[in-house]
Amino acid sequence: MIPDEYLQTFVVECKELLEHMEEALLIVEQAEQDPEIINAIFRAAHTIKGSAGMFGLDPVVEFTHAAESVLDRVRSGELTMNALLAALFIEAHDHLKELIGHVAEGSHPTETTHNQGKTLIDRLEAYLSESQAELPEDSAKHSEMPALHAANVEREHSDAIVGTDLWHLSLRFGPDVFRNGMDPFSFVRCLASLGSIEELVTVIDAIPPAAQMDPESCYLGFEISFNSAADKLAIDNIFNFVRSDCFIRILPPRSKASEYQRLIQELPEQEMRLGEILVKCGTLTPEELDNILRLQSQYGDDPQRPIGEVLVEQQLVSPPVVEAALAKQKQVKDNKKSEASLIRVDAEKLDELINLVGELIIAGAGTNLIARRAGMAELIESTATLSRLVEDVRDSALALRMVQICATFNRFTRVVRDVSKELGKDIDLVISGGDTELDKTVVEKIGDPLTHLVRNSMDHGIEAAELRLARGKPAKGTLKLNAYHDAGSIVIEVSDDGGGLNKEKILSKAVERGLVAEGAALSDKEIYNLIFEAGFSTADTVSNLSGRGVGMDVVKRNIQALRGSVDLDSVEGRGSTIRIRLPLTLAIIDGFMVGVGNAAYVIPLDMVVECVELSAWDSGEGGQYLNLRGEVLPYRRLREHFGVTGGPARHENIVVVRYGEHKAGLVVDKLMGEFQTVIKPLGKLFRSEKSIGGFTILGSGEVALIVDVPGLMGQIEYERAAGEIVSFPRSGVGMQW
Amino acid sequence: MANVKNKTRQPGRIAIDGELTIYTALELKEKLLAGLAEAEALELDLSEVGEIDAAGLQLLVMIKQQATETGKALSFTGHSPVVVELLDLSGLAGFFGDPLLIVRKPT
Repeated sequence: MIPDEYLQTFVVECKELLEHMEEALLIVEQAEQDPEIINAIFRAAHTIKGSAGMFGLDPVVEFTHAAESVLDRVRSGELTMNALLAALFIEAHDHLKELIGHVAEGSHPTETTHNQGKTLIDRLEAYLSESQAELPEDSAKHSEMPALHAANVEREHSDAIVGTDLWHLSLRFGPDVFRNGMDPFSFVRCLASLGSIEELVTVIDAIPPAAQMDPESCYLGFEISFNSAADKLAIDNIFNFVRSDCFIRILPPRSKASEYQRLIQELPEQEMRLGEILVKCGTLTPEELDNILRLQSQYGDDPQRPIGEVLVEQQLVSPPVVEAALAKQKQVKDNKKSEASLIRVDAEKLDELINLVGELIIAGAGTNLIARRAGMAELIESTATLSRLVEDVRDSALALRMVQICATFNRFTRVVRDVSKELGKDIDLVISGGDTELDKTVVEKIGDPLTHLVRNSMDHGIEAAELRLARGKPAKGTLKLNAYHDAGSIVIEVSDDGGGLNKEKILSKAVERGLVAEGAALSDKEIYNLIFEAGFSTADTVSNLSGRGVGMDVVKRNIQALRGSVDLDSVEGRGSTIRIRLPLTLAIIDGFMVGVGNAAYVIPLDMVVECVELSAWDSGEGGQYLNLRGEVLPYRRLREHFGVTGGPARHENIVVVRYGEHKAGLVVDKLMGEFQTVIKPLGKLFRSEKSIGGFTILGSGEVALIVDVPGLMGQIEYERAAGEIVSFPRSGVGMQW
Repeated sequence: MANVKNKTRQPGRIAIDGELTIYTALELKEKLLAGLAEAEALELDLSEVGEIDAAGLQLLVMIKQQATETGKALSFTGHSPVVVELLDLSGLAGFFGDPLLIVRKPT
């Protein structure tokens, strides 16, 4: 009855609402009462219930209803939201999330989930116990409302058929419709999806005078004439959830006059007034109404209301005056603008767009090349304009995929809360740089490693409160998440103010596990980074959070799979910082093309610092370091590294690259300039080759390899360390891994 | 949350800002009635209404009826797009009788 795409929107919306709810709950759990936040929680629950009702998702409705009732009492001040209640609501939130998950998958909740829901409802209702009695009484009242007048009026009289092709719907909503989280108009909107609403009259007669009116009770009703090819069941289904709360009569097209008559009798309003409404709806013609009323007067015992009265009432209605045309246009325009400000797009479509842009860049490069070969100045100029435009298109296409990291960070509020409870530690989470943007795929994949790091920091990093006090630190630990852009990559930091890493402990463990030779001289950083080696854990006690010796190496692998890197800083007794460095995007980069022999290589432009001619220095064969303006710069010949045959070119150049805090020089034969590079992944065969990050296709159709600078640096360092562990003095500058 | 402010302190004009829904109905009812009680003519500025539901609509009907009852002039002005949309849907624009543009969507 309800199309799938609506259900999907529902799921997406629910998830968003649940996120807001969680955020709000976490705040409430910490701080004292803020009515604004309680309201936000209530609203989320309320909306979820309302829309779940429209879809007939009874388990969700039932559960949310319990939660909402308690929230309502909190809102009205009858209950106080304490940490205990907030924790219960967080559990309720989790359960709700699971239910929505089932809805999304189209699966049914398992028995355990079901029971869990029951228990939660019971616990929630414990808060309600006094007001319980109210409910059944209420529903009894509603069931009375649509009380059927005896059927004795039927059939006996001239059963003329009313000649309309339209459905007629009479709705009178019960007083609790708002309180149950429904908006009568949402049913109307839903109805519009089944056909077209020809005429709708809102019946406001039941609204009492101001003094007696309860603004949270619903007094509205609708008379609707409706054009639809749907069957009665489909129309009826729309009102599934409101049924118990509402008087609903649906008359199919060409119903008998007597049915209308009965309808008029059943409805609470005066007959004349109703007649007017029905005529206004276009359901009945005035003659038909006359007939029905005549029929009615023979049996009805209510005194009829003089038509004059109705007309007087109508006098209140002054004709609308139309505003100036200019004002009109503006309003229409504003309306459109606000509607178009945000759209949801399938991520796959974006991927497709990026792929196409990639192809466009490659094709553009080809055209460029041909133009240059042909030597036509005009053609060269126009291709230059074209490639500038393509570059802009690329940037905006990539920007579409950029999302802020704050959503990911905010998730950790919950993680930190749960884990600190589990560990019995009091830990604050401080988030900064949440507006830093990065590629959506990266964001999705960084969640797990980040969770691991956060848990690790809380478990091993931050000490127990007594120890912290003994060390002269505040009892409350602090965990920081930070993100920022740096040299074409994004850096995510997880830092804690805990005990830091114990160098000796790590080193002895590493020796014990055979990761490091006994007596090897390692720098602090090298020691710290040992914890990212496979099978390494220094925790004396294994908790169920971390310390099983799996984890940090997996974290490192995950991050490397994203072409990123991770390293660690620590000050013993004061805390440690783990820094994850990730590329901004995985698809297209600005590259710097260099030539070695006949082959072309691409170095990511963001990492290139400068280019210098090698002969400016005296380069002894096999040299490993240069003196670059007083700085020690390790370098490597790409020719040697990639085993390119042939002698070195006459004028070799050095491309100085920077990655994080490290700089290195790459010696190449030719500098070929900037080049837009679409990264294509290499096959599995090359997976173990760390210094190549992928390849790209040049305009000429040739293939150029993309140098993975961090990988190359790591490899150089590894080879150097393996071959000449003792012979090289370690200095404080240059690369240390 | 809806804010009701008496713009420029001049009686007889209330601007409803934000939500005109079940969440704010209780609070707004009091304010609107108070506003109506202290002036002979009241203008309700709806230009800043960002959200309106049936409860909000019902409230507008209530205050309009109250104004008629007590013989005061009440007008709604500056209907925001959401208000216009709901008035259109409910067919109540005529009841209120305020200058208003209704854009009917093609069906």
